[in-house]
Amino acid sequence: MATTVIDHAPARAHAAKTGIWSWITTVDHKRIGILYGATAFGFFLMGGIEALLLRIQLGRPDNTFLSPETYNQLFTMHGTTMIFLAVMPLSAMFFNFFIPLLIGARDVAFPRLNAFSYWVFLLGGLFLNSGFLFGAAPNDGWFGYANLTSNQYSPGLNVDFWMIGLQILGIASLAAGVNFFVTVINLRAPGMKLMRMPVFVWMSFITQVLILLAFPVITVALILVMFDRFFGTHFYIPSAGGDPLLWQHLFWIFGHPEVYILILPSFGIVSEILPVFSRKPLFGYAAMVFSGIFIAFLSFGVWSHHMFATGMGPIADTAFSLTTMLIAIPTGVKIFNWIGTMWGGSIQAKTPMYFCVGFIAMFIIGGLSGVMHASPPADLQQTDTYFVVAHFHYVLFGGSIFALTGGAYYWWPKMFGRMLSEKLGKVHFWLMLIGFNLTFFPMHFVGLLGMPRRVYTYPAGLGFDIYNQIETAGAFFLLVAFLVFLWNIYVTWRKPADAPADPWNGATLEWAIPSPPPEFNFAEIPTVRSRDPLWETKRQHGGRLPEPARVSGAGIHMPNPSFWPVLAAAGVTAVFVSLMLLPKLGPAGVVVAVLFLFFSVFKWAFEPA
Amino acid sequence: MSDATHALALEHPTSTGIDTRKLAIWTFIGSECLFFASLISTYLVFRGKVIQHGVGPFPHDPWTSPTGQHFDPILEIKLVTVGTALLLFSSLFVVIALNGAQRNRRGQFLSFLGLTIMCGIFFVGMQVYEFTHFVHEGLKLQTNLFGASFFTLTGFHGTHVTIGVIWLITMFILGVRGKVPPGKALNLELAALYWHFVDVVWIVIFPVVYLMK
Repeated sequence: MATTVIDHAPARAHAAKTGIWSWITTVDHKRIGILYGATAFGFFLMGGIEALLLRIQLGRPDNTFLSPETYNQLFTMHGTTMIFLAVMPLSAMFFNFFIPLLIGARDVAFPRLNAFSYWVFLLGGLFLNSGFLFGAAPNDGWFGYANLTSNQYSPGLNVDFWMIGLQILGIASLAAGVNFFVTVINLRAPGMKLMRMPVFVWMSFITQVLILLAFPVITVALILVMFDRFFGTHFYIPSAGGDPLLWQHLFWIFGHPEVYILILPSFGIVSEILPVFSRKPLFGYAAMVFSGIFIAFLSFGVWSHHMFATGMGPIADTAFSLTTMLIAIPTGVKIFNWIGTMWGGSIQAKTPMYFCVGFIAMFIIGGLSGVMHASPPADLQQTDTYFVVAHFHYVLFGGSIFALTGGAYYWWPKMFGRMLSEKLGKVHFWLMLIGFNLTFFPMHFVGLLGMPRRVYTYPAGLGFDIYNQIETAGAFFLLVAFLVFLWNIYVTWRKPADAPADPWNGATLEWAIPSPPPEFNFAEIPTVRSRDPLWETKRQHGGRLPEPARVSGAGIHMPNPSFWPVLAAAGVTAVFVSLMLLPKLGPAGVVVAVLFLFFSVFKWAFEPA
Repeated sequence: MSDATHALALEHPTSTGIDTRKLAIWTFIGSECLFFASLISTYLVFRGKVIQHGVGPFPHDPWTSPTGQHFDPILEIKLVTVGTALLLFSSLFVVIALNGAQRNRRGQFLSFLGLTIMCGIFFVGMQVYEFTHFVHEGLKLQTNLFGASFFTLTGFHGTHVTIGVIWLITMFILGVRGKVPPGKALNLELAALYWHFVDVVWIVIFPVVYLMK
């Protein structure tokens, strides 16, 4: 154990808590969480508008609302935005705000690194979208298959924005991965054994492991594309002996764990909400933990189920088919445990619960179509059709987005001191459920009828028309649903911040402290004796606890705000952007950017405490 | 690492008893293993395919160009073996340096850290020489699949070594200024752990690239 005495610089005079500068230099995990959430929500709306435009184009056969080129840019950015700039950072909002609270810590292991991750994410997301300003948004799909992404077939800047943008975003994820991994391992409160941690913490922890192991692989894949495009190598160029399939292997070795990165936190959120709103502990805690671990482990063994149509041969096809079917089992275990949690419980019909029950139903549908993909002969019909589009929207929207929305309603009072309106919440839920199913259920049918994905239009008379019309109508339903959500957020914002500490009769530690929490989280680090520590405390107390007092926190040393993470984030971005500017600035640009980055890192490293 | 990280990391005893920053370096190293595994896999995927596509020079085989120019196998195994040996020894040296820092033996700490740095600089210098020699001989990044995968793999490794050298030089300067007492030896240990990782990666790269035919 590190036990030396060190000389603290005297704590800085009470740093400003309000104003833009305090937000820019914050290292408080709660503020960083809110920054992630607000930014991600903005990108989510962008991705939604992109989808709406796609749906308008597809609403009629032979439509000319969007040109093929614009369509390609929009569907690429829709996918890239939703995956990297919406779902992942929305999960990160909850990791940031709640992991320290749930494990009884005052902050994450490396608060400045945490801020750095956010700023790199923001800059990377802005960079990725800046392609639109040049009329050159990424346009080869979020999966960028080689050698379509080569200079020969994609001569413009589009792919450059895509690969550089993703590299920048990868740095943010990797830094956060190290941070949260170490936080969960090392900063737990006394008594918070690993098998006492809330399931959301477990799922998030497993997600960080996936990030740490999967992101380096796409980093290399993107480096090879960059070298092909910028330096004339031939990694993916078949005419020179390169192998386009190498890209697919590397990408999907990342890409499949990535989809579990997208869903596991949502599994965790649902595992927190269901017990509280069933007034019953989670059914099968150990099974939930181990099934999550098993899913993560298996997720590295299924990647080529995305490649059944590439001619790998019967042995590879069979092996990956088996592993893919296998991974459905631990997922099924979770579904049954969630049902088991609700069974016999006292169900509280509140908005977070609605979204979680909706999640379970929608995710089951998505899982069923997924398991159908696991059979190579069946997949040969389904692949590259709207059947796949239906599958992944059921698991990512019906799954992740429903759960994240439920999490937002559940944790809103803790984050902002106000309860979102129940009435508006239920309207939001029903509009979203109906709109979602109208948009995506018909895709199963039109996909099996042969409508291909990633194509800007379709001819009349193939039987696709009516399905597409319903889907487009459904998309507008979803728009109304989100407007209701925005309205709910707005009217809630106008209310005073007087939500109680524990509005839902929660089981976990975050509900023991005021809403919103003070900077230092806990006046005294709790000692944990149970998986549901707050229920345990309330049982011993004989009922609900009194509202916790707001104390000053004098004597608790919290880390000072810092500007170096922002500067270092700018440095990382500058290095990657300078690579794209090599034709204009030459190596000198890269050298300057690297020196700038080194400067920021050194200032960060030697910042006084 | 820094005083500020140090401060917060020491606030509470850790759940495992391992210093939080040490755990972070190990976690980072675990992630970087996948990075190099992907690069090495790429190299291996293309290893057999180089010859088929005609353009040399090649790593282990001679080649005559269509214009009649003859190229020997381009890898200079003797020089790289010396560099490899020095890199391996540098890991030993940094352990001795760390021991010196932990036991307040300034002479041992600084001299062996200096040796480590010199070995690192020699290794990077050897690679720079090797790269320029290859380009001079007609093997560039774009020449063939060997050039692409070789320069990418060893180039990224060399970059990691360079960052390690910069880190060790920083520790050396801090040590000269008396800022690495036994209580702060962990800062050197973190750099040493990264240095060992960079060394281990080379232990995989060297046989795969230079020794396997």
